[in-house]
Amino acid sequence: MPALDLLQITKTFNRGTVNEKRALENLSLSLNPGDFVTVIGGNGAGKSTMLNAIAGIWPLDSGSVLLSGKDVTALPEYKRAAYLGRVFQDPMLGTAAGMSILENLALAARRGKRRGLAWEIKKSEQARYQELLASLNLGLENRMTSKVGLLSGGQRQAVTLLMAIIQKPELLLLDEHTAALDPKTAATVLELTDKFVKEKNLTTLMVTHNMQNAIDYGNRLIMMNNGKIILDIYGEEKKKLTVETLLHKFEEISGSEFANDRALLS
Amino acid sequence: MNILSLLGTMPGAIAQGLIWGIMAIGVFLTYKILDIADLTVDGSICTGGAVCVMLLLNGCPLWLSLLTALLAGMLAGLVTGLFHTLMGIPALLAGILTQLSLYSINLKIMGKANQSINVRMHDLLVSMQFLKGVPFYKNSIFVVFLFIAVIIGLLYWFFGTEWGSAIRATGNNPAMSRAQGINTNFNKVIGLMLSNGLVALSGALLAQYQGFADVSMGRGAIVIGLAAVIIGEAVFGRFFTQMYMKLISVAVGSVIYYIVYQTVIWCGIDTDLLKMLSAIVVAVFLGVPFWKKKLSEKYSAKGGKKNAGA
Repeated sequence: MPALDLLQITKTFNRGTVNEKRALENLSLSLNPGDFVTVIGGNGAGKSTMLNAIAGIWPLDSGSVLLSGKDVTALPEYKRAAYLGRVFQDPMLGTAAGMSILENLALAARRGKRRGLAWEIKKSEQARYQELLASLNLGLENRMTSKVGLLSGGQRQAVTLLMAIIQKPELLLLDEHTAALDPKTAATVLELTDKFVKEKNLTTLMVTHNMQNAIDYGNRLIMMNNGKIILDIYGEEKKKLTVETLLHKFEEISGSEFANDRALLS
Repeated sequence: MNILSLLGTMPGAIAQGLIWGIMAIGVFLTYKILDIADLTVDGSICTGGAVCVMLLLNGCPLWLSLLTALLAGMLAGLVTGLFHTLMGIPALLAGILTQLSLYSINLKIMGKANQSINVRMHDLLVSMQFLKGVPFYKNSIFVVFLFIAVIIGLLYWFFGTEWGSAIRATGNNPAMSRAQGINTNFNKVIGLMLSNGLVALSGALLAQYQGFADVSMGRGAIVIGLAAVIIGEAVFGRFFTQMYMKLISVAVGSVIYYIVYQTVIWCGIDTDLLKMLSAIVVAVFLGVPFWKKKLSEKYSAKGGKKNAGA
Protein backbone atom coordinates (compact mmCIF):
# COMPACT_ATOMS: atom_id res chain seq x y z
CA MET A 1 0.00 0.00 0.00
CA PRO A 2 1.38 3.46 -0.88
CA ALA A 3 2.38 5.64 2.08
CA LEU A 4 0.86 8.67 0.36
CA ASP A 5 -1.65 8.99 -2.44
CA LEU A 6 -2.61 12.35 -3.86
CA LEU A 7 -5.53 11.82 -6.24
CA GLN A 8 -6.07 14.67 -8.68
CA ILE A 9 -5.90 17.42 -6.13
CA THR A 10 -6.73 20.98 -7.18
CA LYS A 11 -6.44 24.17 -5.18
CA THR A 12 -7.27 27.71 -6.21
CA PHE A 13 -6.41 30.72 -4.10
CA ASN A 14 -8.41 33.98 -4.16
CA ARG A 15 -11.06 32.44 -6.36
CA GLY A 16 -13.19 34.99 -8.18
CA THR A 17 -10.80 37.90 -7.67
CA VAL A 18 -8.19 39.46 -9.95
CA ASN A 19 -5.58 37.63 -7.86
CA GLU A 20 -7.05 34.20 -8.61
CA LYS A 21 -4.28 31.64 -8.73
CA ARG A 22 -4.56 27.97 -9.57
CA ALA A 23 -1.85 26.68 -7.22
CA LEU A 24 -2.36 22.95 -7.76
CA GLU A 25 -3.82 21.54 -10.95
CA ASN A 26 -5.13 17.98 -10.95
CA LEU A 27 -1.99 16.81 -9.23
CA SER A 28 -1.54 13.13 -8.53
CA LEU A 29 1.38 11.54 -6.71
CA SER A 30 1.98 8.20 -5.07
CA LEU A 31 4.78 7.50 -2.60
CA ASN A 32 5.97 4.04 -1.61
CA PRO A 33 6.81 3.41 2.03
CA GLY A 34 10.43 4.44 2.60
CA ASP A 35 10.60 6.77 -0.40
CA PHE A 36 12.76 9.84 0.22
CA VAL A 37 11.54 12.28 -2.40
CA THR A 38 13.12 15.67 -3.07
CA VAL A 39 10.90 18.34 -4.63
CA ILE A 40 12.21 21.22 -6.73
CA GLY A 41 10.57 23.86 -8.87
CA GLY A 42 10.47 27.56 -9.70
CA ASN A 43 8.83 30.35 -7.74
CA GLY A 44 5.13 29.66 -7.26
CA ALA A 45 5.36 26.16 -8.74
CA GLY A 46 3.18 24.78 -5.95
CA LYS A 47 5.79 22.93 -3.87
CA SER A 48 4.79 24.33 -0.50
CA THR A 49 1.14 24.32 -1.51
CA MET A 50 1.36 20.58 -2.14
CA LEU A 51 2.82 20.03 1.34
CA ASN A 52 0.17 22.26 2.90
CA ALA A 53 -2.51 20.31 1.04
CA ILE A 54 -1.21 17.11 2.60
CA ALA A 55 -1.07 18.76 6.04
CA GLY A 56 -4.62 20.04 5.64
CA ILE A 57 -4.08 23.77 6.26
CA TRP A 58 -7.15 24.58 4.13
CA PRO A 59 -9.77 22.54 2.24
CA LEU A 60 -9.07 21.46 -1.34
CA ASP A 61 -11.22 22.40 -4.36
CA SER A 62 -11.28 18.75 -5.40
CA GLY A 63 -9.33 15.52 -5.16
CA SER A 64 -8.35 13.40 -2.17
CA VAL A 65 -5.40 12.81 0.12
CA LEU A 66 -4.74 9.26 1.35
CA LEU A 67 -2.18 8.41 4.00
CA SER A 68 -1.35 4.68 4.10
CA GLY A 69 -4.69 4.04 2.46
CA LYS A 70 -6.73 6.16 4.91
CA ASP A 71 -8.68 8.98 3.31
CA VAL A 72 -7.78 12.07 5.38
CA THR A 73 -9.22 14.66 2.98
CA ALA A 74 -11.96 15.66 5.41
CA LEU A 75 -9.79 15.71 8.53
CA PRO A 76 -8.72 19.08 9.99
CA GLU A 77 -5.03 19.92 10.27
CA TYR A 78 -4.72 18.98 13.95
CA LYS A 79 -6.17 15.51 13.35
CA ARG A 80 -3.93 14.75 10.37
CA ALA A 81 -0.98 15.69 12.55
CA ALA A 82 -1.23 12.19 14.03
CA TYR A 83 0.22 10.81 10.80
CA LEU A 84 2.61 13.60 9.90
CA GLY A 85 5.94 15.03 11.00
CA ARG A 86 6.50 18.56 9.75
CA VAL A 87 9.40 20.98 9.62
CA PHE A 88 8.85 24.45 8.21
CA GLN A 89 11.10 26.93 6.44
CA ASP A 90 10.86 29.49 9.25
CA PRO A 91 12.78 28.17 12.28
CA MET A 92 10.43 30.22 14.52
CA LEU A 93 7.38 28.32 13.31
CA GLY A 94 8.11 24.77 14.40
CA THR A 95 8.64 25.24 18.14
CA ALA A 96 6.99 27.07 21.04
CA ALA A 97 9.53 29.78 21.91
CA GLY A 98 8.23 30.40 25.41
CA MET A 99 8.46 26.75 26.44
CA SER A 100 11.53 24.67 27.26
CA ILE A 101 13.19 22.15 24.94
CA LEU A 102 11.88 19.43 27.24
CA GLU A 103 8.30 20.74 27.06
CA ASN A 104 8.45 21.03 23.29
CA LEU A 105 9.62 17.44 22.93
CA ALA A 106 6.95 16.25 25.38
CA LEU A 107 4.28 18.04 23.32
CA ALA A 108 5.51 16.32 20.16
CA ALA A 109 5.67 12.92 21.87
CA ARG A 110 1.90 13.20 22.43
CA ARG A 111 1.06 14.08 18.83
CA GLY A 112 -2.10 12.26 17.84
CA LYS A 113 -2.74 11.03 21.36
CA ARG A 114 -5.34 12.17 23.86
CA ARG A 115 -4.02 14.92 26.07
CA GLY A 116 -5.51 14.38 29.49
CA LEU A 117 -4.80 15.40 33.04
CA ALA A 118 -1.67 13.30 33.49
CA TRP A 119 1.49 15.25 34.31
CA GLU A 120 3.17 16.40 31.10
CA ILE A 121 6.85 15.83 31.91
CA LYS A 122 7.47 12.36 33.26
CA LYS A 123 10.83 11.35 34.73
CA SER A 124 10.95 8.20 32.60
CA GLU A 125 10.66 10.22 29.40
CA GLN A 126 13.38 12.69 30.32
CA ALA A 127 16.15 10.14 29.85
CA ARG A 128 14.87 9.26 26.41
CA TYR A 129 14.66 12.91 25.36
CA GLN A 130 18.16 13.49 26.65
CA GLU A 131 19.45 10.63 24.54
CA LEU A 132 17.64 11.91 21.46
CA LEU A 133 19.01 15.41 21.97
CA ALA A 134 22.51 14.01 22.38
CA SER A 135 22.11 12.35 18.96
CA LEU A 136 21.94 15.86 17.45
CA ASN A 137 25.51 16.57 18.61
CA LEU A 138 24.64 20.18 19.40
CA GLY A 139 25.09 20.03 23.16
CA LEU A 140 21.36 20.58 23.69
CA GLU A 141 21.11 17.58 26.04
CA ASN A 142 22.59 19.83 28.74
CA ARG A 143 20.11 22.64 28.13
CA MET A 144 16.85 20.74 28.33
CA THR A 145 15.14 23.30 30.56
CA SER A 146 16.21 26.30 28.46
CA LYS A 147 13.47 28.13 26.63
CA VAL A 148 13.55 27.29 22.92
CA GLY A 149 13.41 31.03 22.17
CA LEU A 150 17.01 31.28 23.41
CA LEU A 151 18.32 28.85 20.77
CA SER A 152 19.76 29.78 17.38
CA GLY A 153 17.80 29.18 14.19
CA GLY A 154 19.79 26.05 13.36
CA GLN A 155 19.33 24.62 16.84
CA ARG A 156 15.61 25.33 16.69
CA GLN A 157 15.36 23.62 13.32
CA ALA A 158 17.21 20.58 14.71
CA VAL A 159 14.79 20.44 17.67
CA THR A 160 11.83 20.76 15.28
CA LEU A 161 13.23 17.89 13.23
CA LEU A 162 13.53 15.81 16.37
CA MET A 163 9.95 16.70 17.29
CA ALA A 164 8.79 15.61 13.83
CA ILE A 165 10.31 12.15 14.19
CA ILE A 166 10.01 11.57 17.96
CA GLN A 167 7.03 9.39 17.10
CA LYS A 168 7.57 7.67 13.77
CA PRO A 169 5.35 9.63 11.33
CA GLU A 170 3.77 7.91 8.34
CA LEU A 171 5.07 10.81 6.28
CA LEU A 172 7.72 13.43 6.99
CA LEU A 173 7.10 16.81 5.34
CA LEU A 174 10.11 19.11 5.06
CA ASP A 175 9.31 22.50 3.56
CA GLU A 176 12.65 24.11 2.62
CA HIS A 177 13.67 23.48 6.18
CA THR A 178 17.28 24.53 5.64
CA ALA A 179 16.59 27.60 3.47
CA ALA A 180 16.74 30.11 6.32
CA LEU A 181 20.00 28.78 7.76
CA ASP A 182 23.59 29.68 7.01
CA PRO A 183 25.36 27.17 4.68
CA LYS A 184 27.27 25.37 7.43
CA THR A 185 24.24 24.98 9.72
CA ALA A 186 22.10 24.02 6.73
CA ALA A 187 24.54 21.21 5.94
CA THR A 188 24.42 19.99 9.54
CA VAL A 189 20.60 19.94 9.64
CA LEU A 190 20.50 18.21 6.25
CA GLU A 191 22.92 15.53 7.42
CA LEU A 192 20.76 14.97 10.52
CA THR A 193 17.69 14.72 8.31
CA ASP A 194 19.33 12.11 6.11
CA LYS A 195 20.51 10.17 9.18
CA PHE A 196 17.03 10.06 10.75
CA VAL A 197 15.30 9.19 7.48
CA LYS A 198 17.66 6.27 6.90
CA GLU A 199 17.68 5.04 10.52
CA LYS A 200 13.92 5.04 10.85
CA ASN A 201 13.15 4.31 7.21
CA LEU A 202 10.84 7.33 6.99
CA THR A 203 8.75 8.16 3.96
CA THR A 204 9.78 11.74 3.24
CA LEU A 205 8.86 14.67 1.02
CA MET A 206 11.58 17.33 1.08
CA VAL A 207 11.09 20.60 -0.75
CA THR A 208 14.40 22.29 -1.45
CA HIS A 209 15.66 25.25 -3.42
CA ASN A 210 19.10 23.68 -3.69
CA MET A 211 19.29 21.55 -6.85
CA GLN A 212 22.49 19.87 -5.78
CA ASN A 213 20.89 18.78 -2.50
CA ALA A 214 17.86 17.54 -4.41
CA ILE A 215 20.17 15.35 -6.48
CA ASP A 216 22.40 14.19 -3.62
CA TYR A 217 19.68 13.17 -1.18
CA GLY A 218 16.82 10.72 -1.51
CA ASN A 219 15.88 8.03 -4.01
CA ARG A 220 13.44 10.01 -6.08
CA LEU A 221 13.20 13.55 -7.42
CA ILE A 222 10.16 15.41 -8.65
CA MET A 223 10.08 18.77 -10.36
CA MET A 224 7.02 20.98 -10.30
CA ASN A 225 5.79 23.80 -12.51
CA ASN A 226 2.47 25.67 -12.49
CA GLY A 227 0.89 23.36 -9.93
CA LYS A 228 1.82 20.16 -11.77
CA ILE A 229 4.54 17.56 -11.55
CA ILE A 230 6.54 17.82 -14.78
CA LEU A 231 9.39 15.45 -13.99
CA ASP A 232 9.66 12.34 -11.82
CA ILE A 233 12.99 10.53 -11.67
CA TYR A 234 13.86 7.39 -9.64
CA GLY A 235 16.80 5.33 -8.49
CA GLU A 236 19.71 4.81 -10.87
CA GLU A 237 18.58 7.46 -13.29
CA LYS A 238 18.42 9.99 -10.45
CA LYS A 239 21.97 9.24 -9.37
CA LYS A 240 23.24 10.26 -12.80
CA LEU A 241 21.59 13.69 -12.69
CA THR A 242 23.55 16.93 -12.67
CA VAL A 243 22.30 20.46 -12.09
CA GLU A 244 22.88 21.28 -15.76
CA THR A 245 20.84 18.36 -17.05
CA LEU A 246 18.06 19.23 -14.60
CA LEU A 247 17.93 22.85 -15.77
CA HIS A 248 18.02 21.69 -19.36
CA LYS A 249 15.16 19.23 -18.80
CA PHE A 250 13.14 21.93 -17.11
CA GLU A 251 13.49 24.30 -20.06
CA GLU A 252 12.71 21.51 -22.48
CA ILE A 253 9.49 20.47 -20.76
CA SER A 254 8.13 23.79 -19.58
CA GLY A 255 9.36 25.88 -22.49
CA SER A 256 10.55 28.58 -20.10
CA GLU A 257 13.58 29.42 -18.03
CA PHE A 258 13.89 28.02 -14.52
CA ALA A 259 12.96 30.94 -12.30
CA ASN A 260 13.84 30.45 -8.67
CA ASP A 261 15.78 33.34 -7.20
CA ARG A 262 17.36 31.29 -4.48
CA ALA A 263 18.10 28.23 -6.59
CA LEU A 264 20.03 30.29 -9.11
CA LEU A 265 22.00 32.07 -6.43
CA SER A 266 22.99 28.94 -4.56
CA MET B 1 -2.90 64.61 55.93
CA ASN B 2 -2.85 62.03 58.63
CA ILE B 3 -0.63 59.03 58.11
CA LEU B 4 -2.74 57.04 60.56
CA SER B 5 -5.81 57.51 58.40
CA LEU B 6 -3.80 56.11 55.48
CA LEU B 7 -2.73 53.12 57.51
CA GLY B 8 -6.35 52.61 58.53
CA THR B 9 -7.31 52.15 54.87
CA MET B 10 -4.63 49.53 54.26
CA PRO B 11 -6.53 46.39 55.39
CA GLY B 12 -9.34 47.38 53.03
CA ALA B 13 -6.87 47.99 50.21
CA ILE B 14 -5.27 44.60 50.77
CA ALA B 15 -8.59 42.75 50.87
CA GLN B 16 -9.79 44.52 47.74
CA GLY B 17 -6.45 43.92 46.05
CA LEU B 18 -6.67 40.21 46.79
CA ILE B 19 -10.25 39.97 45.48
CA TRP B 20 -9.21 41.75 42.28
CA GLY B 21 -6.15 39.50 42.27
CA ILE B 22 -8.42 36.55 41.40
CA MET B 23 -9.78 38.62 38.55
CA ALA B 24 -6.24 39.55 37.47
CA ILE B 25 -5.25 35.88 37.40
CA GLY B 26 -8.14 35.37 34.99
CA VAL B 27 -6.80 38.19 32.82
CA PHE B 28 -3.32 36.63 33.02
CA LEU B 29 -4.70 33.38 31.57
CA THR B 30 -6.01 35.09 28.45
CA TYR B 31 -3.54 37.93 28.04
CA LYS B 32 -0.32 36.11 28.85
CA ILE B 33 -1.04 32.43 28.24
CA LEU B 34 -3.49 32.53 25.33
CA ASP B 35 -2.14 35.81 23.92
CA ILE B 36 -5.67 37.23 23.66
CA ALA B 37 -6.82 40.57 25.09
CA ASP B 38 -10.26 39.48 26.31
CA LEU B 39 -12.64 42.35 27.04
CA THR B 40 -15.44 40.01 28.15
CA VAL B 41 -14.16 40.46 31.71
CA ASP B 42 -15.68 43.95 32.06
CA GLY B 43 -19.06 42.26 31.81
CA SER B 44 -18.42 38.88 33.38
CA ILE B 45 -17.13 40.34 36.67
CA CYS B 46 -20.52 42.00 37.12
CA THR B 47 -22.33 38.84 36.01
CA GLY B 48 -20.54 36.99 38.81
CA GLY B 49 -21.55 39.63 41.34
CA ALA B 50 -25.14 39.85 40.08
CA VAL B 51 -25.70 36.09 40.05
CA CYS B 52 -24.22 35.65 43.51
CA VAL B 53 -26.17 38.53 45.11
CA MET B 54 -29.51 37.51 43.56
CA LEU B 55 -29.08 33.90 44.63
CA LEU B 56 -28.15 34.93 48.18
CA LEU B 57 -31.11 37.31 48.38
CA ASN B 58 -33.35 34.43 47.37
CA GLY B 59 -31.99 32.22 50.11
CA CYS B 60 -29.61 30.08 48.12
CA PRO B 61 -26.68 28.64 50.15
CA LEU B 62 -23.45 30.59 49.96
CA TRP B 63 -21.29 27.93 48.30
CA LEU B 64 -23.89 27.16 45.66
CA SER B 65 -24.20 30.87 44.89
CA LEU B 66 -20.44 31.17 44.41
CA LEU B 67 -20.33 28.06 42.24
CA THR B 68 -23.20 29.31 40.08
CA ALA B 69 -21.46 32.67 39.66
CA LEU B 70 -18.34 30.82 38.49
CA LEU B 71 -20.37 28.78 36.01
CA ALA B 72 -22.12 31.92 34.72
CA GLY B 73 -18.71 33.45 34.04
CA MET B 74 -17.59 30.31 32.21
CA LEU B 75 -20.71 30.55 30.07
CA ALA B 76 -19.77 34.13 29.14
CA GLY B 77 -16.28 32.88 28.22
CA LEU B 78 -17.84 30.14 26.11
CA VAL B 79 -19.83 32.72 24.15
CA THR B 80 -16.73 34.82 23.45
CA GLY B 81 -14.82 31.68 22.53
CA LEU B 82 -17.47 30.58 20.05
CA PHE B 83 -17.72 34.09 18.56
CA HIS B 84 -13.98 33.93 18.03
CA THR B 85 -13.40 30.36 16.85
CA LEU B 86 -16.71 29.32 15.28
CA MET B 87 -17.63 32.66 13.70
CA GLY B 88 -14.11 33.90 12.98
CA ILE B 89 -14.57 37.23 14.79
CA PRO B 90 -11.28 38.74 15.98
CA ALA B 91 -10.81 37.98 19.69
CA LEU B 92 -10.87 41.62 20.77
CA LEU B 93 -14.17 42.28 19.01
CA ALA B 94 -15.65 38.97 20.18
CA GLY B 95 -14.98 40.05 23.77
CA ILE B 96 -16.51 43.48 23.21
CA LEU B 97 -19.67 41.91 21.74
CA THR B 98 -20.11 39.57 24.70
CA GLN B 99 -19.38 42.39 27.13
CA LEU B 100 -22.07 44.55 25.55
CA SER B 101 -24.68 41.82 25.66
CA LEU B 102 -23.71 41.06 29.26
CA TYR B 103 -24.74 44.61 30.17
CA SER B 104 -28.32 43.74 29.23
CA ILE B 105 -28.09 40.30 30.80
CA ASN B 106 -26.74 41.72 34.06
CA LEU B 107 -29.62 44.21 34.20
CA LYS B 108 -32.05 41.35 33.64
CA ILE B 109 -30.43 39.21 36.33
CA MET B 110 -30.72 42.00 38.90
CA GLY B 111 -33.98 43.50 37.63
CA LYS B 112 -32.45 46.95 38.12
CA ALA B 113 -29.06 48.62 37.97
CA ASN B 114 -28.09 47.94 41.57
CA GLN B 115 -28.85 45.29 44.18
CA SER B 116 -27.52 45.55 47.68
CA ILE B 117 -27.08 42.79 50.19
CA ASN B 118 -26.89 43.38 53.91
CA VAL B 119 -24.19 41.55 55.79
CA ARG B 120 -26.32 41.54 58.96
CA MET B 121 -29.17 39.75 57.28
CA HIS B 122 -27.22 37.34 55.10
CA ASP B 123 -24.42 34.95 55.79
CA LEU B 124 -21.62 36.35 53.63
CA LEU B 125 -18.13 34.97 53.13
CA VAL B 126 -16.34 38.30 52.88
CA SER B 127 -17.33 41.82 53.81
CA MET B 128 -15.83 45.20 54.64
CA GLN B 129 -17.19 44.56 58.14
CA PHE B 130 -14.97 41.47 58.45
CA LEU B 131 -11.64 43.29 58.55
CA LYS B 132 -11.48 44.13 62.26
CA GLY B 133 -12.91 42.58 65.39
CA VAL B 134 -13.56 39.15 63.89
CA PRO B 135 -11.64 35.90 64.54
CA PHE B 136 -8.78 35.53 62.04
CA TYR B 137 -10.47 32.74 60.09
CA LYS B 138 -13.41 35.06 59.38
CA ASN B 139 -11.17 37.95 58.40
CA SER B 140 -11.79 38.77 54.74
CA ILE B 141 -8.09 39.12 53.99
CA PHE B 142 -7.48 35.59 55.29
CA VAL B 143 -10.49 34.11 53.46
CA VAL B 144 -9.59 35.64 50.10
CA PHE B 145 -5.95 34.71 50.63
CA LEU B 146 -7.04 31.07 51.02
CA PHE B 147 -9.10 31.32 47.84
CA ILE B 148 -6.11 32.65 45.90
CA ALA B 149 -3.79 29.99 47.31
CA VAL B 150 -6.15 27.21 46.24
CA ILE B 151 -6.70 28.78 42.79
CA ILE B 152 -2.97 29.17 42.19
CA GLY B 153 -2.38 25.60 43.31
CA LEU B 154 -5.05 24.24 40.99
CA LEU B 155 -3.88 26.31 38.03
CA TYR B 156 -0.26 25.33 38.58
CA TRP B 157 -1.29 21.69 38.53
CA PHE B 158 -3.54 22.09 35.49
CA PHE B 159 -0.97 23.92 33.38
CA GLY B 160 1.56 21.22 34.17
CA THR B 161 -0.67 18.48 32.76
CA GLU B 162 -0.73 17.30 29.15
CA TRP B 163 -3.89 19.27 28.49
CA GLY B 164 -2.67 22.41 30.27
CA SER B 165 0.63 22.28 28.36
CA ALA B 166 -1.33 22.04 25.12
CA ILE B 167 -3.19 25.23 26.09
CA ARG B 168 0.10 26.98 26.83
CA ALA B 169 1.45 25.82 23.46
CA THR B 170 -1.71 27.13 21.77
CA GLY B 171 -1.00 30.65 23.03
CA ASN B 172 2.71 30.35 22.35
CA ASN B 173 2.59 29.15 18.75
CA PRO B 174 -0.75 28.14 17.21
CA ALA B 175 0.77 26.87 13.93
CA MET B 176 3.19 24.61 15.77
CA SER B 177 0.41 23.44 18.07
CA ARG B 178 -1.78 22.31 15.19
CA ALA B 179 1.19 20.58 13.59
CA GLN B 180 1.59 18.68 16.87
CA GLY B 181 -2.04 17.61 16.81
CA ILE B 182 -3.44 20.19 19.23
CA ASN B 183 -6.97 21.46 18.64
CA THR B 184 -6.16 25.15 19.06
CA ASN B 185 -9.74 26.41 18.70
CA PHE B 186 -11.01 24.09 21.42
CA ASN B 187 -8.19 25.09 23.75
CA LYS B 188 -8.82 28.80 23.18
CA VAL B 189 -12.47 28.30 24.17
CA ILE B 190 -11.46 26.36 27.28
CA GLY B 191 -8.94 29.06 28.22
CA LEU B 192 -11.54 31.80 27.82
CA MET B 193 -14.01 29.82 29.95
CA LEU B 194 -11.48 29.27 32.72
CA SER B 195 -10.51 32.92 32.69
CA ASN B 196 -14.05 34.28 32.82
CA GLY B 197 -15.04 31.74 35.44
CA LEU B 198 -12.33 33.15 37.71
CA VAL B 199 -13.32 36.71 36.87
CA ALA B 200 -16.96 36.00 37.78
CA LEU B 201 -15.88 34.35 41.03
CA SER B 202 -13.90 37.49 41.80
CA GLY B 203 -17.04 39.54 41.04
CA ALA B 204 -19.08 37.36 43.40
CA LEU B 205 -16.59 37.99 46.21
CA LEU B 206 -16.37 41.69 45.37
CA ALA B 207 -20.16 42.14 45.50
CA GLN B 208 -20.26 40.52 48.93
CA TYR B 209 -17.31 42.56 50.12
CA GLN B 210 -18.78 45.92 49.11
CA GLY B 211 -22.34 44.85 49.95
CA PHE B 212 -23.86 45.35 46.51
CA ALA B 213 -23.68 44.40 42.86
CA ASP B 214 -23.85 47.23 40.35
CA VAL B 215 -24.26 47.07 36.61
CA SER B 216 -21.26 49.35 36.13
CA MET B 217 -18.99 47.58 38.65
CA GLY B 218 -16.93 46.04 35.84
CA ARG B 219 -16.20 49.23 33.95
CA GLY B 220 -12.49 49.27 33.22
CA ALA B 221 -11.95 45.92 34.95
CA ILE B 222 -9.67 44.78 32.13
CA VAL B 223 -7.42 47.78 32.78
CA ILE B 224 -7.14 46.93 36.49
CA GLY B 225 -6.43 43.30 35.60
CA LEU B 226 -3.76 44.30 33.10
CA ALA B 227 -2.28 46.74 35.60
CA ALA B 228 -1.95 43.93 38.14
CA VAL B 229 -0.33 41.62 35.56
CA ILE B 230 2.07 44.34 34.46
CA ILE B 231 2.96 45.52 37.98
CA GLY B 232 3.59 41.91 39.03
CA GLU B 233 5.82 41.39 36.03
CA ALA B 234 7.71 44.64 36.57
CA VAL B 235 8.38 43.90 40.24
CA PHE B 236 9.03 40.14 40.16
CA GLY B 237 9.47 39.24 36.48
CA ARG B 238 13.24 38.95 36.75
CA PHE B 239 13.21 36.23 39.40
CA PHE B 240 9.80 34.63 39.01
CA THR B 241 9.96 32.36 36.01
CA GLN B 242 7.93 29.37 37.15
CA MET B 243 4.23 29.31 36.41
CA TYR B 244 3.10 29.39 40.04
CA MET B 245 5.50 32.26 40.77
CA LYS B 246 4.00 34.24 37.92
CA LEU B 247 0.50 33.65 39.29
CA ILE B 248 1.63 34.80 42.72
CA SER B 249 3.21 37.91 41.24
CA VAL B 250 -0.10 38.76 39.51
CA ALA B 251 -1.97 38.53 42.83
CA VAL B 252 0.67 40.62 44.59
CA GLY B 253 0.60 43.07 41.67
CA SER B 254 -3.10 43.55 42.28
CA VAL B 255 -2.54 44.24 45.99
CA ILE B 256 0.19 46.75 45.13
CA TYR B 257 -2.21 48.43 42.71
CA TYR B 258 -4.83 48.90 45.43
CA ILE B 259 -2.31 50.11 48.01
CA VAL B 260 -1.09 52.73 45.53
CA TYR B 261 -4.71 53.54 44.65
CA GLN B 262 -5.60 54.18 48.30
CA THR B 263 -2.46 56.23 48.80
CA VAL B 264 -3.30 58.39 45.79
CA ILE B 265 -6.79 58.98 47.22
CA TRP B 266 -5.25 59.80 50.60
CA CYS B 267 -3.04 62.38 48.87
CA GLY B 268 -6.26 64.19 48.03
CA ILE B 269 -6.44 63.68 44.29
CA ASP B 270 -9.80 64.21 42.56
CA THR B 271 -11.30 60.69 42.54
CA ASP B 272 -13.00 61.41 39.21
CA LEU B 273 -9.54 61.23 37.64
CA LEU B 274 -8.66 57.79 39.00
CA LYS B 275 -9.78 55.74 35.99
CA MET B 276 -7.82 57.97 33.67
CA LEU B 277 -4.74 57.65 35.84
CA SER B 278 -5.08 53.85 35.82
CA ALA B 279 -5.30 53.88 32.04
CA ILE B 280 -2.23 56.10 31.74
CA VAL B 281 -0.24 53.88 34.10
CA VAL B 282 -1.12 50.78 32.03
CA ALA B 283 -0.36 52.59 28.75
CA VAL B 284 3.06 53.66 30.05
CA PHE B 285 3.91 50.18 31.31
CA LEU B 286 2.80 48.56 28.04
CA GLY B 287 4.84 51.11 26.11
CA VAL B 288 8.06 50.71 28.10
CA PRO B 289 9.06 47.23 26.77
CA PHE B 290 8.35 48.39 23.23
CA TRP B 291 10.60 51.43 23.55
CA LYS B 292 13.23 49.49 25.42
CA LYS B 293 13.43 47.07 22.50
CA LYS B 294 13.43 49.84 19.94
CA LEU B 295 16.19 51.74 21.69
CA SER B 296 18.31 48.64 22.28
CA GLU B 297 18.03 47.77 18.58
CA LYS B 298 19.09 51.27 17.67
CA TYR B 299 21.94 51.08 20.13
CA SER B 300 23.15 47.68 18.95
CA ALA B 301 22.92 48.83 15.33
CA LYS B 302 25.24 51.72 16.19
CA GLY B 303 27.54 49.35 18.05
CA GLY B 304 27.64 47.12 15.00
CA LYS B 305 28.73 49.97 12.80
CA LYS B 306 31.40 50.94 15.23
CA ASN B 307 32.76 47.42 15.28
CA ALA B 308 32.63 47.17 11.51
CA GLY B 309 34.65 50.36 11.25
CA ALA B 310 37.32 49.14 13.65
